[in-house]
Amino acid sequence: MNLIIDILISGLISGSVFALLAIGFSLIFGVARIVNIAHTAFYMVAAYCIYFATHKMGFHPVWGMVAAIVLVTLLGMLSYMIFINPIREHEGAVLIATIALAMAFQEIMLLKFTGTYLSVPSLVKGYLVILGVKVFYQQLLTFCLASLIMAVLWVLLMRTKLGLAIRSTAQDREVANLMGINEARVALITMGISVGLAALTGAVVVPLTIVEPHMWMHPLIMMMAVVVLGGLGSLKGSFIGAYILGFAEALVVFLAPMGAFLKGSVALSIMILVLLIRPEGLFGVSFEEER
Amino acid sequence: MSLILFCLKKLFTILKNEAFVLPSRVIVVFFFLFLLLLPLFTKDPYLLRIFTLTSIFAILAASWDLLSGFTGQMNFGHALFFGVGAYGAALLNRHASIPPWGTIPLSALGAVLAGLIIGIPCLRLRGTYLALTTLAFPIILMGLVFAFPDFTGGELGISGIARLARSRVADYYIAVVLMLGLCTIMWKITDSHTGIIFHAIREDELAVRAAGINTTRYKLLAFCLSGFFAGISGGLYAHFMRIAGPSTLEVSMSFQVVIWAIFGGIVTIYGPVGAVFVLFPLLEFLRFWQDYRTLMFACIVLFILLYMPDGLFRWMRDKIEKECPRCKIRNVAMRHTCRVCTAPLD
Repeated sequence: MNLIIDILISGLISGSVFALLAIGFSLIFGVARIVNIAHTAFYMVAAYCIYFATHKMGFHPVWGMVAAIVLVTLLGMLSYMIFINPIREHEGAVLIATIALAMAFQEIMLLKFTGTYLSVPSLVKGYLVILGVKVFYQQLLTFCLASLIMAVLWVLLMRTKLGLAIRSTAQDREVANLMGINEARVALITMGISVGLAALTGAVVVPLTIVEPHMWMHPLIMMMAVVVLGGLGSLKGSFIGAYILGFAEALVVFLAPMGAFLKGSVALSIMILVLLIRPEGLFGVSFEEER
Repeated sequence: MSLILFCLKKLFTILKNEAFVLPSRVIVVFFFLFLLLLPLFTKDPYLLRIFTLTSIFAILAASWDLLSGFTGQMNFGHALFFGVGAYGAALLNRHASIPPWGTIPLSALGAVLAGLIIGIPCLRLRGTYLALTTLAFPIILMGLVFAFPDFTGGELGISGIARLARSRVADYYIAVVLMLGLCTIMWKITDSHTGIIFHAIREDELAVRAAGINTTRYKLLAFCLSGFFAGISGGLYAHFMRIAGPSTLEVSMSFQVVIWAIFGGIVTIYGPVGAVFVLFPLLEFLRFWQDYRTLMFACIVLFILLYMPDGLFRWMRDKIEKECPRCKIRNVAMRHTCRVCTAPLD
């Protein structure tokens, strides 16, 4: 019984994290066709910002989080304007520009904070006992915040004019342009939202994880797996795919021997099996071929 | 005697009429000569070591170009082939004690098998889906490596593998000659009938299929060929470093290959090779600022891309050569008329 609750909590939390990351990633992919490898690097930068604000400057964690989200969003938009926008027509160049960006962020953090494992205090202390299992309030808070963010994002995308612009640009860039949508500006705003989501994810999850310069690698891989599993450009797909992979990871970690090593392998194998049956992912809309 | 004289004369004619008419070909000739003659001038083991590793990675980068550049099948998991090559060579050498000249081809065949295995599910995917899916395969294999440490050595890898050759210079020549040979073969493949079909698959797969060509078979062929060359480079790496560790399967390894290839310019073969010969020694050179090394590397890549998004070597080639508008033959940029059809170059 304890094991089941452990698995449930761990799966829900990693599922929410993957969902938030994957939604941000597929947003910018849909609108601007950018495969942003640096997406989770922004998540790492946000985590370091919070560490810096709380430990070095003595801010309250909540203000640290707000500052981190604002700063990282600005950083994301700035790097989009400087490095990605001028070469957007060259798909390959954009790809390695984002890889290089991620490497640069990792190195800067390594230089500034060294490679030691750091941690950030949780927002709320204490725990709750459910059926004999300790559930920290921080875990509950993380899950609730993640759900809240997803709800807000859904409203933004489905109920506002900006959301309409983003969705129509994702469907067909040229027609969206003809309808009077400033495509370049939508792309910039989407980049801001996408990076902001990555920063938010970092902010809500950072008290539960270890902060170190390589912390972006594992989420990156899982995020990409989620996006492919759910279907590129489908928010519902990302959401469900994230929980499938999150629970798969949790199950393997708690049940299989050597689980910690195999968790990535099993989750990715599930993705490949699903793709064998449905090549466009669970909820993917097969895009009209761009020729 | 007269035969030798004839051959020399023929070589001279070819050089004069084919090689020395274009600056890019002159550069290639000098590149070959430089690499083959380098040990005559310096026996510095450090320098030779750098160039050996550079040659090994040049094979890897060129093999990525063969698959992802020419056929357009974006592969983000090229480390899989490299890792299978390295681990295959290491295991065969340790457990079956086969010498390097046997393990490297065998492990390359293992990599071909890996290419088949990942090629089959990947045939149904395209574009970004394919790229993100292929990223998963080396990570799955790495999980298996960590899960069975008795057989694969786990985190430490397999060490104590036989050396490639007795001396550093011999190592150097094996790597360099193989690199030059294999890259020439790859270039020839891309120039052949098969290569044209690869090109066509990248441009418009539907049209190729409509022309009655079994694109599935050609895509699998591309995966296998690329896997073969990458496997050879993995085997060479394992025998040269005398260790096959999980670092050969890491995500950063896959990304590194993509950076090299796109930096040099894809769909060229010579681009990725040249890029490795620029970037890898550069990374070694930057070791004077040990802490800032990777940061500088990333910044150089970022800023060069801003000005040459098509790749460094394509940009350079377009600066020194012009294409004739009428007969599509390349000319030195200084000429005013085409060297073949005498049409005026603009």
